[in-house]
Amino acid sequence: MLLKIVLKSLRQHALSTFVTVLAIALASGLVLSVFAIQKQTYAAFTGGDIGFDAVLGARGSQLQLVLNTVFHLETSPGNIPYSMYLDIKKNPQVELAIPYAVGDNYLGFRIVGTSEEIFTKFEYRLGQKFQLEPGGKFFDPGAKEAVIGSFAAKETGLKVGDIFQPYHGLIFDEKNRHNDDYRVVGILQPTNSPSDRVVWIPLEGIYRIQGHVLRGTGENFTAEENAEIPVEAKEVSAVMLKFSSMQAGMNLDQTVNKQGKAATLAFPIGRTMAELFDKLGWLNRVFELVAYLVVVVAAFSILASIYNSINERKREFAILRALGASRPTVFTVILLEAVTIAAIGTLIGFLVFAVIMSATAYLVREQTGVVLNVFRFDSMWIFTPVLMIAVGTLAGIIPAFKAYRTDVAENLSPTS
Amino acid sequence: MTILEVNNLRKDFKAPDDTVRAVVDVPEFQMRLAEQIALKGESGSGKTTFLNLIAGILQADSGSIVIDGEEIMSLSESKRDNLRARKIGYIFQTFNLLQGFTALENVLLGMSFGSGVDEKYAQHLLERVGLKTRAEYRPRQLSVGQQQRVAVARALANRPKIVLADEPTGNLDRKRAFESLELIREVCTENGAALLLVSHDSEILGKFETVQNLEEINKCS
Repeated sequence: MLLKIVLKSLRQHALSTFVTVLAIALASGLVLSVFAIQKQTYAAFTGGDIGFDAVLGARGSQLQLVLNTVFHLETSPGNIPYSMYLDIKKNPQVELAIPYAVGDNYLGFRIVGTSEEIFTKFEYRLGQKFQLEPGGKFFDPGAKEAVIGSFAAKETGLKVGDIFQPYHGLIFDEKNRHNDDYRVVGILQPTNSPSDRVVWIPLEGIYRIQGHVLRGTGENFTAEENAEIPVEAKEVSAVMLKFSSMQAGMNLDQTVNKQGKAATLAFPIGRTMAELFDKLGWLNRVFELVAYLVVVVAAFSILASIYNSINERKREFAILRALGASRPTVFTVILLEAVTIAAIGTLIGFLVFAVIMSATAYLVREQTGVVLNVFRFDSMWIFTPVLMIAVGTLAGIIPAFKAYRTDVAENLSPTS
Repeated sequence: MTILEVNNLRKDFKAPDDTVRAVVDVPEFQMRLAEQIALKGESGSGKTTFLNLIAGILQADSGSIVIDGEEIMSLSESKRDNLRARKIGYIFQTFNLLQGFTALENVLLGMSFGSGVDEKYAQHLLERVGLKTRAEYRPRQLSVGQQQRVAVARALANRPKIVLADEPTGNLDRKRAFESLELIREVCTENGAALLLVSHDSEILGKFETVQNLEEINKCS
């Protein structure tokens, strides 16, 4: 019967109940989202499916190297000589070495020059290699052919057989179009990884794009049609590496980063990204603070909404008391109202959470290719309802106490 | 068998000018089981305060009130609440029905703090007061007389030993007032409950065999 009293009261004050429930829903949705986004982006960018153990690139920032090659964001820190790629490829501790050359885009999607091993040997996820959509093939390393990632294909509209011209630079500018024609020979199946946003062409193709200047020897070299490019002139933006063991990575880390001065090895990739997230930790704290502040505001809205209704409900409490309800019963009714508002609000908060997460996941995927799992269970799914109900209970105490103190005789008017 | 025994009951109130004035000062008052007494008293004579003291809604300053063998003055507030729920039915002049609840729910509410919810008995009570077909109506969908009958059914919901009625016909027209009074008296008799009704209406009072003048009982009236 107490629950019935509570529900009827909430229905009688439908508007204020609705507004308060909405405030709680937004607050709980925000708390759930902030923590889920933090955790999932951290997990996706630091320990997600990358497929490589390390990146070898120009001397400079490891973070820039990882962002540029693994997530296809940021600019390239520079190039390293092709010979460095050949050397590391011969290292017995290196299981796989794939060169990347970047510097062009198609409608904002990055063009990466690479070897065919990216399709034949590389596993973007354990046991999973790139698969072509029906009707496609991987590029011929000597031809002006391209294989397009699923997201890039969807957004650009490119399909097998189409011809396109690359644009110079990593940011799309229609004035910077090259005159070289590339033919799409394959579209990759979705991988839910940053590779979905990439346009893959042969490494040789990057060297031969009109206007490209190679500086592998330190001097400018421009490739001529049908003439072989000397190895010394060639350069790559980075070499993606997979080791036979983690020890191999540590050994190379020692050799390249600590003893050498010619290149940088970003190893392990997850740690490099973790350092970025650690540096941005203060931002997370700000988001958390904002979320908790919204919870506090929602708690005050419960308090204000119920507290304001107490005056007009004094007669109702007096009637209940006259029927035999004790003061603690009246106190409990009000507390239950606050808890019910918090509980309903939190339930709706999960919908708010789903909307925020879906939108965030869409944006993150669109910008980086990284896929967030919106519905992955998280301990916050338990903690948030507990938090909101605790907050609701606390917010209900003051109005409940006001109801508790209602004078029965005074409010059972009239007297005779 | 005595169901209500009041001795040296006194209740003071503080006036706005800080003077203390006794509103109820009743040396002795008794009722037997199933007895029906009408208390006559003018407006402001302390009738409601007297009933509220008996119901345990107000705490007396001194004296004793024994209901069905239980001295309520010595009980804690929550025990007084419990005793009120179990042994006392209260009918108010303004009915005091909860507007958000149906007629049936109002009766069930009366039960929920006492003997426990018994929907069948609640239906029976509504049928007895002629509201069988109005059980799902809310108070505002009922006439004034029908609302009064719901209040009567609710007062009897816990099979009380005594029913206190405070000007129960005050808001009804003459015809309905007599009908309502008859109903209250009948259902109290059927349920073996004593009835203590206060009124200043001489015609209503004239229907009772026992009429006591509160001004004679209450020394401060």
